Amino acid sequence: MKLTLRVWRQKNSNTQGKLEDHQLDDVSPDSSFLEMIDDLNEKLTNEGNEPIAFDHDCREGICGMCSLVVNGVAHGQDRELIKAVTICQLHMRNFKGGETIVLEPWRAEGFPLLKDLIVDRGAFDRIIQAGGFISVGTGSAPDANALPIPKKNADISMDAAACIGCGACVAACPNASAMLFTSAKMGSLNHLPQGQTERYQRVVNMVTQMDNEGFGACTNMAECEAACPKEISLDFIAQMNRDLITATLKGIGPTV
Amino acid sequence: MKNIIDQIKVVEGSLNSAVPEGPIQDIWDNHRFNMKLVNPANKRKFNVIMVGSGLAGGAAAATMGELGYNVQCFFYQDSARRAHSVAAQGGINAAKNYQNDGDSIFRLFYDTVKGGDYRSREANVYRLAQVSNNIIDQCAAQGVPFAREYGGALDNRSFGGAQVSRTFYARGQTGQQLLLGAYQALSRQAAAGTVKLFPRTEILDIIVIDEQARGVVTRNMVTGEIKSYLADAVVLATGGYGNLYYLSTNAMGCNVTASWRAYKRGAFFANPCYVQIHPTCIPPAGEHQSKLTLMSESLRNDGRIWVPRNAGDNRKANDIPESDRYYYLEEKYPSFGNLVPRDVASRNAKTVVDEGHGVGELKNGVYLDFSESIGRLGAHIIKERYGNLFDMYTSITGEDPYKVPMRIYPAIHYSMGGTWVDYNLQSTIPGLFSIGEANFSDHGANRLGASALMQGLADGYFVIPYTMGNYLAQASLKKVDTNHPAVKEAEAAVNEKTKKLMSINGKRSVSSFHRELGRVIWDNVGMARTDAGLRKALKRIPEIRAEFWENVRVPGSAADLNQSLEMAGRVADFLEFGEVMALDALYRAESCGGHFREESQTEEGEALRDDENFAYVSAWEYAGEGKTPILNKEPLTFEYVKLTQRSYK
Repeated sequence: MKLTLRVWRQKNSNTQGKLEDHQLDDVSPDSSFLEMIDDLNEKLTNEGNEPIAFDHDCREGICGMCSLVVNGVAHGQDRELIKAVTICQLHMRNFKGGETIVLEPWRAEGFPLLKDLIVDRGAFDRIIQAGGFISVGTGSAPDANALPIPKKNADISMDAAACIGCGACVAACPNASAMLFTSAKMGSLNHLPQGQTERYQRVVNMVTQMDNEGFGACTNMAECEAACPKEISLDFIAQMNRDLITATLKGIGPTV
Repeated sequence: MKNIIDQIKVVEGSLNSAVPEGPIQDIWDNHRFNMKLVNPANKRKFNVIMVGSGLAGGAAAATMGELGYNVQCFFYQDSARRAHSVAAQGGINAAKNYQNDGDSIFRLFYDTVKGGDYRSREANVYRLAQVSNNIIDQCAAQGVPFAREYGGALDNRSFGGAQVSRTFYARGQTGQQLLLGAYQALSRQAAAGTVKLFPRTEILDIIVIDEQARGVVTRNMVTGEIKSYLADAVVLATGGYGNLYYLSTNAMGCNVTASWRAYKRGAFFANPCYVQIHPTCIPPAGEHQSKLTLMSESLRNDGRIWVPRNAGDNRKANDIPESDRYYYLEEKYPSFGNLVPRDVASRNAKTVVDEGHGVGELKNGVYLDFSESIGRLGAHIIKERYGNLFDMYTSITGEDPYKVPMRIYPAIHYSMGGTWVDYNLQSTIPGLFSIGEANFSDHGANRLGASALMQGLADGYFVIPYTMGNYLAQASLKKVDTNHPAVKEAEAAVNEKTKKLMSINGKRSVSSFHRELGRVIWDNVGMARTDAGLRKALKRIPEIRAEFWENVRVPGSAADLNQSLEMAGRVADFLEFGEVMALDALYRAESCGGHFREESQTEEGEALRDDENFAYVSAWEYAGEGKTPILNKEPLTFEYVKLTQRSYK
């Protein structure tokens, strides 16, 4: 099929960007979205132009590297009820010949642009460094079965831990809030007995770091939940807010 | 060409595996006592470079940071959490025997040596089985949400044909969850300042000074800056080389560059011909295909594999009557049927497809049919077991496996070969270590399911922190700075290579060369290898390489984020590495594990080992540009495991 791609091109964060149109004449419906971009890049290279820079790696929806806003939607996934996919898993049979597809990077203050469709998500790493871990050194663990954990808790923890850290939640949010990511990360730890010792300090520190990175606040639009390729629930945000209030009442201040 | 084997210089007795003497169950304990320790106050005076942030590299960097060393961790992704360990689905083995079904450290050890078709080092594998239990404890303490029973205890399953249930898992995302555990530990050390992270940074050379590994030359993938970092030791945790095949289940960025640079600086490369081919992947859909997606092996528990009995039968799957269906695994292996090991399932799929029985538009797959189990158990049970896999299949192929059979075909999945290391995981360059998939040590010629995660974490959490200390405590390390001639020479070589790649300005893209190389390797150094095919590859690879250096086009600038340049450097290294791999496969004129030489098979078509002539590790030594590499042999002896012929009839 034939497609027109309207792609965001920007040399780096110090220069102005613009949308640029490219035509593709022979896109296979069986190719994945990123393979379609590969095709375009091959064409651009052969024509002596610079290919489009975009992030991608595993191409099976788990590494969280790919990050495209397609026709205004993070991971382009609201096509014919296709949900819960990363853009690397979306295939071209979901598009129609003759369509114009607009490709943009994640746009958020917390994610400065590096080039074309690539942004810097280092802020997410720094939020984890603020407290998204259990402080247990290698070698000091008791036998794994010494601490029974109700299956339900383990399952909720896993629901939250499924987050791939792609940043679609931020890209989808009108406020560019990172609360779904941050709450999922602490939610997976806070639902386990191992995570209780540091629970309230963790919430205070991670939320503080999240604010310092320039992410916005949550106004319950739920766009993040809709865009999340791993279907992380808004419940984790509610839980985080509850824990934050408790921590505040306990008088716990940030240590980051 | 005939005499290429005669040109190989063979050296015996050059490799010291450094395995301590003693009964196998005591070796590691005794060694831990005998190794030298670094005084706690002195640890912070040592700098260690970690290349890679996956299960092995992330775990090692975090643990060494906890111990007090200064660690610098480099990786090409934008976050340490994205290393390709993240994609492992199935699980992680450990000899806990929580299921009381007869497992033990010795059984895990035995199964791993046997599964590796007797081409691994016994002492290393035994240690792996020993520390497997500590891994599960550690990961549970970190908050890895392993699957649990209703009583709160950890759940286990049997995996990959094992007769005991020793596999721990976290839904279908075990690799992701274990990696997040390591990443969180790493993040904790980054916050504490013991580990410094270098995202989007690629290693382009290893710096060796006075025959010791002392640093790396890096390229900042955002700014293009070439910069050297020096340290007291370097660890390669760079994963496997499956991307040599172009199409594989590896991530797009996986590469052999750091290991290959180390090889050219003097680190021997062991058993490059051992790769694992996973039987249940989705076949390529056309020329645009960029990577292959694995479907969990567990599907073979309920799916039946078949092809049309008559070659060239173009009818749709559901129109082919039972009498015209060829259930080739069930017919050939009545006792194991569809559950034969990975290599056997893969080779048989290749045979039927090569004979013209392939299915799908491109005739490049075999059917994995669930209609019988859906009829017996009901669609809801199948959905409960494999729902997410079926959804993934539908999203990729546009077909509904509840109604028409899945199409599957084998794909490259894991590389057992890697940098040669001794018992301390140290390469032939003092101070250069290699851990996880990047080394060759534990899986022999074939890896068992759920053992990759185990090995990566064993090396990272529980082996390298000790053996590295032993090295640092004894090594005499001179003070060096970036003005040292060896640093300048390495930087100059990197700059010159980059300049050359940018200046060729030919007519073909980097990926077109990668595809061409991958095709040659897949056809000739893939699932079934022959003397003639390997010689063909050895002739063809240098031709492609020569054209690459004359006709590749790398657009853009080297002083910028340039993904074409990144790929060009990696493909240039694959173009050299592929040749050594083909040479290794040619020299090893036996079949073992994932390495199947058609000339060496049993009457039933199984891999036939030649223990008399090939019970050794092939460690290839760089002999200089354009020269045939030197083959160093490390003999393998088996005191605890009896060598047998595998049979799955």
